Amino acid sequence: MTNTGPSVVPMSLPGGRSARGVSHHVLSVLVENRAGVLARVALLFSRRGYNIYSLAVAPTDDERFSRLTVVVDLDSAPLEQVTKQLHKLINVIKITEIDPADAVEQELLLAVVAADISSRGQILELVGIFGAKVLDVGLERLTLALADTPEKLDDFTELIKVFGLIEVQRSGRVALAKLNRGSGRGGISKGKAS
Amino acid sequence: MKLTGAQALIKSLEMQGVEVIFGLPGGAILPVYDPIIDSPIRHILVRHEQGAGHMAEGYAQVTNRPGVAMVTSGPAATNIVTPLANAYMDSTPMVVITGQVATSSIGTDAFQEADTTGITMSITKHNWLITDASEVPEVVAEAFHVATSGRPGPVLIDMPKDVSNQMMDWYWPEAVDLPGFKPTTKGHPRSIQSAARLIKESKRPVLYVGGGVIRAGASGALLALAEKTGIPVVTTLMARGAFPDSHPLCLGMPGMHGNYTAVTSMQKSDLLITLGARFDDRVTGKLAGFAPEAKVIHVDIDPAELSKIRQADIPIVGDVRSVIEDLIEALDKGEAGEMAQADLAPWISQIRTWQQRHPLTYDRDASNGALKPQYVIETLSSLTPEGSILASGVGQHQMWASQYWRFEHPNAWVNSGGLGTMGYAVPAAIGAKVGRPDKIVWAVDGDGCFQMTAQELVTASAERIPVKIALLNNAYLGMVRQWQEMFYDQRYSEVYLSPDLPDYVKWAEAMGCVALRVEAPEEVAPAIEKANEINDRPVVIEFRIDSSEKVYPMVPAGATNDEIVLGPMSGAGQ
Repeated sequence: MTNTGPSVVPMSLPGGRSARGVSHHVLSVLVENRAGVLARVALLFSRRGYNIYSLAVAPTDDERFSRLTVVVDLDSAPLEQVTKQLHKLINVIKITEIDPADAVEQELLLAVVAADISSRGQILELVGIFGAKVLDVGLERLTLALADTPEKLDDFTELIKVFGLIEVQRSGRVALAKLNRGSGRGGISKGKAS
Repeated sequence: MKLTGAQALIKSLEMQGVEVIFGLPGGAILPVYDPIIDSPIRHILVRHEQGAGHMAEGYAQVTNRPGVAMVTSGPAATNIVTPLANAYMDSTPMVVITGQVATSSIGTDAFQEADTTGITMSITKHNWLITDASEVPEVVAEAFHVATSGRPGPVLIDMPKDVSNQMMDWYWPEAVDLPGFKPTTKGHPRSIQSAARLIKESKRPVLYVGGGVIRAGASGALLALAEKTGIPVVTTLMARGAFPDSHPLCLGMPGMHGNYTAVTSMQKSDLLITLGARFDDRVTGKLAGFAPEAKVIHVDIDPAELSKIRQADIPIVGDVRSVIEDLIEALDKGEAGEMAQADLAPWISQIRTWQQRHPLTYDRDASNGALKPQYVIETLSSLTPEGSILASGVGQHQMWASQYWRFEHPNAWVNSGGLGTMGYAVPAAIGAKVGRPDKIVWAVDGDGCFQMTAQELVTASAERIPVKIALLNNAYLGMVRQWQEMFYDQRYSEVYLSPDLPDYVKWAEAMGCVALRVEAPEEVAPAIEKANEINDRPVVIEFRIDSSEKVYPMVPAGATNDEIVLGPMSGAGQ
């Protein structure tokens, strides 16, 4: 998707700026668990020229609802417009804007890495340091799994890359607001509107 | 009580108070057409599904009630896509029911199958694919609620054939439960107080009024606000009639073809009180140069419109009528109540100077025999009873209609604003006449537009819906021709249509209409008077107008509103 969004007066961007220099923000979107909801959300982003950096979707503990965790590229549109347009979807119940600084985030990485006899020990050392897991062992390859913050996944990928990455699959992040301990700021949830 | 899904659908429409359906049957919707025979709901059989959609829109625009259209699956559903997109842009409440192939066939590329909910997702407020007949009453209730609540708009219900035939136990839901749809209608009191203070301080305020004022039934409240404050009003293309043109505070239409005073007063304003308008590019011109000194109060029921295009200093989410009423109260209360209103006399005096120097004008010299479209519309307006309804297509004739018809009442102007749908006039006028049979309904149409949807005059004749069409025939796709003349060195590319192919009089007569041809200025008034007396069938008057006439003033595309071009006849009176 490319940036074709309307030009709007820029607003302050509370989101984190990733290593790539792109400003991201996390939206946790509670939707009705109905056919076509994902299509509605994806179509809205496409039609309004908003860029999705990553998207994770799964049912919640209440089977009537699903939760989408959308990482939005804020260079494509101001967050306020994105959330307002999302609110207009009838199946969207609640949107929680999560500032990465106030969020707990996790993402899952699966990686197939070249691991012959000479390098296997060093790779397993990194697996131990990062708390990753070995899911599968081949004669000259290992399949590794790591569930951690997106940044840790970046670091881990960087370090195992030198051994020869054969395949990498990431899940996209899921996030929840940090728990309020009295003084901290939680995620800001917004009521529904037309 | 056991009903089929089809019977439940028609009964649900009756429960919603629907009095008319515009539609055309076909395979997948066949079961639903059977119970129509026994229903008190009137069905109007159109000749093309696009006509059904635009009729439903025209009906909704004059009644403020949702229009209902019903068509079959596949090509019928795709034919009604244009009206859905049109209604979505102009916030017109509409419920479209489409047939669908049986649930077991969905996804198999069955005969006349189209992914209707997928295709219409981004041009409806919401749509539903019904998969079990027991859902029918609930979905119909939800559909009407969504179409008419908050910012109005079109919705679509897709009804598979097997669901129509399936038996269900009839019920009617007592309430609609949509946890994700709770429009805010009451403006925030603190924002309203801030707005009141800003209004009191402002020296060059303008009430920038959009179509939302008409949808909200807020014309009375607007009149009270304007008269209380003495602030002048501009009415956008969608808002013509929201404030009476004859009122001294009415400045008329702003925008690309707006009059000089409406455009310039916004440009020089220090406060735009924006009511149910959305800073459309046809109003703002080049955004960076639009109303550079103005602060903005922006009232809209759709929060996504606030600060979408122009940052609002005071955004207020709410029903515009309720907010205007609260605002009137706030002007007399609290901090704002204690403030004196700034003296607007110099501002009004400046505006009167602009009005005197640059009135709307055209070449009124009839000595060369050329028939001017502006003269036709002025005459039409003066000879037709006040309160009559005017519909229009899209192009030059639409702009002339907006400029030269005198708009005095809301819900009396039926046109396609946001999408700019050519061919809107004829079917929309028919829908309007069905909604308000007590009113005279005229459509001003161009020859290009007329050829797109004229076949619906057969519908009008067959159903005895006596609309009147003023066809401004300049033998060209006139607005495109104007752009090619002004911006493409008069290199006319594919815009010539011919004045007499088709023969519009013969064509109209073949469709059961009374048809008249007018070629000279002195024939205009007698033809209109004759048409106004005919009340038992449609009338078409073909006016052979001057092909070279252009719409002025004009703000060229990409220019700021300060660069407004007044046209050859302005200058006079300076």
